[in-house]
Parts: sequence; C-alpha cells; structure tokens
Amino acid sequence: MTAMSDKSTQLHTMGLAELAQGLRNGEFSSREIVSDLLGRIVASQPDLNSFITVTADEALAAADLADAAIAQGNGPALCGLPIAHKDIFCTRDVLTTCGSRMLENFVAPYDATVVERLANAGAITIGKTNMDEFAMGSSTETSYFGPTGNPWNTKLSPGGSSGGSVAAVAARLVPAATGTDTGGSIRQPAALTGTVGLKPTYGRVSRYGMIAFASSLDQAGTITRSAEDAAMLLQAMAGFDERDSTSVNEPVPDYRATLGQSLQGLKVGIVRQHFDAGLDEQCAARVKEALRQLESQGASLIEVDLPHLDLSVPTYYVVAPAECSSNMSRFDGVRFGYRAKNPVDLMDLYCRSRGEGFGAEVKRRIMTGTYVLSAGYYDAYYLQAQKARQLISNDFEAAFAKVDVIAGPTTPTPAFAIGAKMDDPITMYLNDIYTIGANLAGLPAMSIPCGFVDKLPVGLQLVGPHFAEARLLNCAHQYELLTDWHRQSPEAYS
Amino acid sequence: MSLTKDQVQHIATLARLQVADAELVELVDKLSKIVDFVDQLQAVPTDNVTPMAHPLHMVQRLRPDEVTERNDRDHYQQNALELRDGHYLVPKVIE
Repeated sequence: MTAMSDKSTQLHTMGLAELAQGLRNGEFSSREIVSDLLGRIVASQPDLNSFITVTADEALAAADLADAAIAQGNGPALCGLPIAHKDIFCTRDVLTTCGSRMLENFVAPYDATVVERLANAGAITIGKTNMDEFAMGSSTETSYFGPTGNPWNTKLSPGGSSGGSVAAVAARLVPAATGTDTGGSIRQPAALTGTVGLKPTYGRVSRYGMIAFASSLDQAGTITRSAEDAAMLLQAMAGFDERDSTSVNEPVPDYRATLGQSLQGLKVGIVRQHFDAGLDEQCAARVKEALRQLESQGASLIEVDLPHLDLSVPTYYVVAPAECSSNMSRFDGVRFGYRAKNPVDLMDLYCRSRGEGFGAEVKRRIMTGTYVLSAGYYDAYYLQAQKARQLISNDFEAAFAKVDVIAGPTTPTPAFAIGAKMDDPITMYLNDIYTIGANLAGLPAMSIPCGFVDKLPVGLQLVGPHFAEARLLNCAHQYELLTDWHRQSPEAYS
Repeated sequence: MSLTKDQVQHIATLARLQVADAELVELVDKLSKIVDFVDQLQAVPTDNVTPMAHPLHMVQRLRPDEVTERNDRDHYQQNALELRDGHYLVPKVIE
C-alpha cells in the first residue's frame, strides 16, 4: 500500500486545514475526499437524517474542476474542500427548504452571499443540512423533514436549530458546515455534539440570501472541528456586503495570523450568575476545569456580573417572535412556496396556505409576535423588551470594561432525548439561557468542546466585545493545544 | 395572564393563520404559558432607558436612488404557483 491510499482511508477524520495541506501536497484529490464523504453521508442518513438535500453530481463536478486548478498550482484558500450549508441559505438552482413544508419545493433563484463567497474561495457544496423549521427551535425536531439524531447517541437530539450541520460535522460527514445563530442556534448544538461553533458579531457576515427569522438577531457563522478551521471559514465569509442593509463596513483581520498568540495576561471574565441553580453540576465541573486550564496559560480569571441575565430569555421571546411574525408574512401562498388546494377566496388562500404550510412551533412564534405587536400591547411588550435588551447590552459593556473575554457554560445540560422537551415550550426556551445574551447585544461568541459528562460532550462558551472574533479564535486555539476534546469523535462515526 | 379562546382566534386571524379547533385548544394553553413567562418583563424598572434600535447603534445606510437590479422576472417566476402572461394568479378579489 502506498502512503497515498493509507491517507485516503482517513480523509473523513481530517479538518479543513489538514485537507487543504494534503490537496496542495498531492497526497489525495478533491474527488477522493468528496466521494468518500458522499458515501458516509448516504450511509448515515437512516440514523442521523442530517441532510435534506445532497448535491452529489454537482459536488463531484466541482471537485474535478478543483483538482485541475490545484494541479496547475492555482486555487484559492478553500479550493477543493467540501462543506455543507444549513438549508436556510439560498443556493441557486438547488432546493432551499428552511426545514419547512412551506418551502418544500422552493428552488432558490440566487445564491446567498455566504454561499457565493465560500464558492469563490473554492469550497464545494456537498449538500444542505437539516434544521428546525425556519430556525425556530433548539432541537431540530421542528423540521418538516423529521428530527436529526445526535451522533453521540442517536436517540438524543443534537440541539438546534443548526442540528443537521453540527451532526454532519460531528459524525465526520463533512469537515465544516455553515449555520445561523439567532439565540444560540450554532453554539448550543455545537456544545451538544462536541463541535466548534462560532457566531460572529452582528453584521460581520452578510445576511443576504439567508432566510430571515429575527432580523436584528440573525447572524451566519461556522461549525467546524477546530478553531483554526473556524478561522479559515470565517475568513471567506466575513466582510461588508452592500446587499445587506445591516452589514458592517469594518476591515476583516487575518484570523489565522493571531491564533498562536499567548494567553499571558488575558483577562477572562467569569459570570457569577452562570453558576447559579439550573446548571448541571457535572457540566459546571467541566467548565471550571477548562477555566483553570486557561489560567494555567497565564490568563487571569476575574469575576464579573451580568445582573440582567435572567431577563435575556423573556426579552428574546418578545423580540424574536415579533420580528418573526413580520418576516413570516412574506409566505402568503401567492408567488412561491406552499399553496392550499382550492381556495374559496383570497383570505382563505392566505390562511390555509399558512395554516397548512407552517408547523406548530412556527405558528406559535408568529402568534406570540402578532400578539405582542398588536394594538394596545406594543408598549407593554415590544418596547419594554427593547428597553430590557438595552439593559442586558449595558451589562456586557460594563463587563468588557474589565475583561477581554467572558467564559462559561454554553448550555445548562448535555444533550437531551428527542421528544423530551417538545411539550413544554418554556423548558425548551430555557436551554438558551447562556447563549441568548450575545444575540441581544450583537456580540461574537463561540462554543468549544471542553469534556464529557456520561459520554456526552460539554461546551465552553467564549463571548467577546464587538468584532473580537480573532481574540475568541486565539483563545479557543490555545485551549485546543492543551486538550484533545475537539479531536474526540463518536465511536460509530470515527 | 391566561388568554381566552376568542383572543387566540383573533390573533390567528390577524396573523392570517387557519387554526383547527383541536390546535386552538393547545395554542390557548401554550400561548398563555409564553405570555405568562414574558410578563416578568413588566416588573423591570426601565423609566430612563432608551429602547435598543440596533445592537451596534448604527443608523440605516442610504444609497443613491438608482436602478441596480436587472429585470429577471422569468427566472424568479420559475417558483410561481399559478401564472398567466407573467402575472401571478389568485382567487377573484372583485366581483
């Protein structure tokens, strides 16, 4: 056996950086990577259901083009590297369902900016991943296409809403995937599957072509198996886009360039309220061990307060449904999407198309939003929530006057069983207690694997000030040098 | 605060959602729980707080009022449900 074929049997275990290196050195081809992963995806579908659409032919054709470019010494940073997109991103001429019956047959007429930029950087789209319907959920159970399994135990949920993306990355079906995070939809599922999830600063990555849920909170990000891979992916995704009215025109730093910096002198904020009741004791222990490891690298741990932390979930569940109800009004059964059969009049067409096209959780959120925005309630709910949001944001600002990053748990518990929380929306919503604050304040945040409880992964969350993605990635990379949690893989998918 | 069946039906009408009777009962229960839960915001003192308009306090960017999109109607209408001569069809609105 040659060295080449030895390596090619292990292609699925490699991350973006390692694959890129191997491609450049001619150790294997992009076609070999894509073929290998396509086989794994097909084999995993009955248990994981992590993909809604697989674009096998297109991916293989793109791989051949990439191999030709690499052979000529050309090829941009991500040339020939397969990735998956959450099915919330519009992909030209490819089904884009957003996990909903409403868009079951919707073929996007254009590419989202994220999709376009990653393609321009050479990445190959291998498919579209499963998700909670319109990203509304924390378990991927609200998908019209059925729940996704957690690769660590397929009876458990991988979290959500980017559950298909994290399951695919955790099960070594793809080295990396895109996700979106409105209240924790990248970080919570990353924590529950032992993957690295990064939600950038609001406005850092374009929202153009990313189907909107709550526009003041939505942000696209990355799911990978290392901080370095997150840096590579974010590098291609980030930057100003005139097609997104809230895109921020700030220079994009070289994220990989600062990964090697020492943590000496880094001030890490520990939030007193994070370790109150509600946090699983064993998860707390893993998080505290991780904090001590950061300390061992010269970081200093400083206690900070987020006095309005308790308000973040109720604030979110006013603001997000309000924006959702407005965004979802575009799905009316007139121009595209699901249309009810034999409508008697226009009102019937609207009401039945929406009633039949949306699932239960989406309807609940639309109705919550409609209620809080309705005549007589706007001041009491929406305006009051936007004031509470400012208080939450002020808390972070005060904390970041004292510390460089905040570190703590990503989720209160490890992965939960599929079906366990579907009857009680409030219990499901409280899963996002540690993640929602970063969305409300527009801050960058990431979750990295920091150990296990009963063979299930636990996540450490890092939150930074606006545009401090490089600092978070540096901190995460330094932590990864000390541990091998991020290299652990579920036995069935090793 | 508990919502009534009539209130929930009214919200559904405002939201243009048809809700089956069985679904309505469940929605009354779950929406009441959600409204109860977010009601804790009422107790927060916010007298001198300016409501947040943007997480980075940015204002809306303006652009010159120029045509920047080309007409790509046929392509977009490939997803159309019912078309005639490039127009979307809906049930008759005017008798």
